[in-house]
Amino acid sequence: MSDDKNNILDEVTQGEYKYGFFTDIEMDTAPKGLNEDTIRFISAKKKEPEFMLELRLKAFEKWKTMKEPDWAHLNIPPIDYQDIIYYAAPKKKPQLDSLDDVDPELLATFDKLGISLDEQKRLTGVAVDAVFDSVSVKTTFQDTLSKHGIIFCSFSEAVQNHPDLVKKYMGSVVPTGDNYFAALNTAVFSDGSFCYIPPGVRCPVELSTYFRINSAGTGQFERTLIVADEGAYVSYLEGCTAPQRDENQLHAAVVEIVALKDAEVKYSTVQNWYPGDKNGKGGVYNFVTKRGMCKGNNSKISWTQVETGSAITWKYPSCVLLGDNSIGEFYSVAVTNNHQQADTGSKMTHIGKNTKSTIISKGISAGFSNNSYRGLVKIAQRAENSRNFSQCDSLLLGDKCGAHTFPYIDTGNSSSIVEHEATTSKISDDQLFYCLQRGIDTEKAIGLIVNGYAKEVLRQLPMEFAVEAQKLLAVSLEGSVG
Amino acid sequence: MLSIKNLHVAIDGKEIIRGLDLEVKAGEVHAIMGPNGTGKSTLASVIAGKEGYDVTDGEIIFNGKDLLELPTEERALEGIFLGFQYPVEIPGVSMTNFMRTALNEQRKYHGLDPIPAGEFLERMENARKLVEIHDKLTNRSVNEGFSGGEKKRNEIFQMAMLEPTLSILDETDSGLDIDALKVVAKGVNDLKSDKNATIVITHYQRLLDYIVPDFVHVLFEGKIVKSGDKELAMELEEKGYEWLKAETV
Ligand SMILES: Nc1ncnc2c1ncn2[C@@H]1O[C@H](COP(=O)(O)OP(=O)(O)OP(=O)(O)O)[C@@H](O)[C@H]1O
Ligand SMILES: [Mg+2]
Repeated sequence: MSDDKNNILDEVTQGEYKYGFFTDIEMDTAPKGLNEDTIRFISAKKKEPEFMLELRLKAFEKWKTMKEPDWAHLNIPPIDYQDIIYYAAPKKKPQLDSLDDVDPELLATFDKLGISLDEQKRLTGVAVDAVFDSVSVKTTFQDTLSKHGIIFCSFSEAVQNHPDLVKKYMGSVVPTGDNYFAALNTAVFSDGSFCYIPPGVRCPVELSTYFRINSAGTGQFERTLIVADEGAYVSYLEGCTAPQRDENQLHAAVVEIVALKDAEVKYSTVQNWYPGDKNGKGGVYNFVTKRGMCKGNNSKISWTQVETGSAITWKYPSCVLLGDNSIGEFYSVAVTNNHQQADTGSKMTHIGKNTKSTIISKGISAGFSNNSYRGLVKIAQRAENSRNFSQCDSLLLGDKCGAHTFPYIDTGNSSSIVEHEATTSKISDDQLFYCLQRGIDTEKAIGLIVNGYAKEVLRQLPMEFAVEAQKLLAVSLEGSVG
Repeated sequence: MLSIKNLHVAIDGKEIIRGLDLEVKAGEVHAIMGPNGTGKSTLASVIAGKEGYDVTDGEIIFNGKDLLELPTEERALEGIFLGFQYPVEIPGVSMTNFMRTALNEQRKYHGLDPIPAGEFLERMENARKLVEIHDKLTNRSVNEGFSGGEKKRNEIFQMAMLEPTLSILDETDSGLDIDALKVVAKGVNDLKSDKNATIVITHYQRLLDYIVPDFVHVLFEGKIVKSGDKELAMELEEKGYEWLKAETV
């Protein structure tokens, strides 16, 4: 990323703290627990229109009849849903005077990841000198977008200002009762991002949640909706490579993408939530529902994810290929170390004719961790001449970790072709010795080898993201060998 | 430069090197020959610092440093290069990235900044020319899908890139056609100076027609049983190793 762009990113995000629209709203905290009152409270606090409250309540009713999914290859400790606060004012991080006050170990990690000083300050809550006028930078950015008719705002804002769009598309990809965590999210979601690209518009910038209007406190039950109208294009980045700590153990986000005729959406994620300590204590449970609908003909949705964080990950970014000739892609690198557990993969549902999907999954397990790929390729009867290619590779570091693949295939016609390939490999002592003999130390060698292994996925990421992600992979596996 | 005294090495309790002495000075080329399984690769691995070997006795001093005390990567950074008998494949890691990383680690070790892109490319180009290796190869992943001969050339390419003080080439000649052999030999000769030294491990006298050694040693059952000059290699070619067996017993 160019320095200028970096600075702008920083400035805009800092701007949220200074000028964010939460500052003038008085915030309370809902009492612990989940019942109808909690939901009415949240909705009232957000001054939501009636339809939104109804949707939440409907989801809550549904949720009460549901059970946590137990089919994943995960060991999930019991979660007490009545012991959670579902609405709280975003807490400001304590302001520190300088980076000298920050945990040196954290700073060392930031350095290894190549995160700029300004960004480090923002992430740790150190006051930053304003280089630009934040407001004007933010305005310039918003100006650019609105010139193209692009709407990019917080989900709450969208509910207020674009209720018709929200009403039309929210839940159209992930229905209220789709699964336990999606129902919970629909009932209690706090905030998130909304994005609409009008017909024929190519979004001129990568939309990043760095620009999120209200970054604080929305993490737990985040809701994102992206709509690309006919012939539109957008590339959207979520997350950042810096380690993210959160007191909330349970995260249940929902991301919905709609691509109309000839539209294309690229969605890239780097997930680095706190994974817990070396002994498996603490860490975030990340139970996410991400799904895209290629609604129109010739539309395309690509998911790219780099998953290194969280104690438990349950996540299957998927595509419903409804339009003829539509394309779904899933590129994933999932790293688990120490006692982390991940069950992740994708679901490609082919409904339109000549639809194509690609799944490239690279699992990397180290320590005592467990890493599972779970995928479903479903080709409906009417999806003639459809194709899927799946490649699921596992790389093991050490002999106490586990890698598993659960590919399910369901082909409803004979003109379609589904291909599945899977490999399991290890970093050999000879590979390590070869690197060491060239003067490359163990940690760097593992970084090199692992990045080589994940290359196919990493090159799907936008350039500046890819460089950070490469460093992140190396850092995540530090101390896993030797 | 390199001084090995009374070296004893065991693998899984079995003694492979049994009291080996070797002195190598700057500017010299040494050839080590000997039957299969006598410990030539083991010696190379122990100098380079591969794990899994127990040095039960003796010492290895390299430019005044106790080599056995140094971790593997530091030995490399100190200027020891091993041309592998069986170079390993590292999928997905481009030769370019691999070389840049290695070179920059070396520079960091010597307190230098990372190599500027232009200078790096020039160095790649020069090293490529030296071993007549195609840039298609250096654009690929490390050794991945390389033919046996290409892998060997690639070792010399890396040697040219890293400019080591002591190169140990373990059977770099085996599996090479005659043209490739000449190219590799020319590479080694061009890189030779009065500041560096080379140890070539080989089974064939023909390599020594191109890389002329100052000394030839015969390694037999973990010991150097005879040393001489190029003539010794010719004698071995003619008579094999049996007569030495008789001589040493
Ligand atoms: N990792 C190992 N485990 C057990 N034995 C080993 C190991 N490495 C080498 N050896 C044994 O040590 C002895 C010497 O092996 P080494 O590879 O050094 O021979 P060499 O002289 O290089 O032979 P060649 O000419 O065939 O390359 C052999 O008997 C070999 O089987
Ligand atoms: Mg050998």
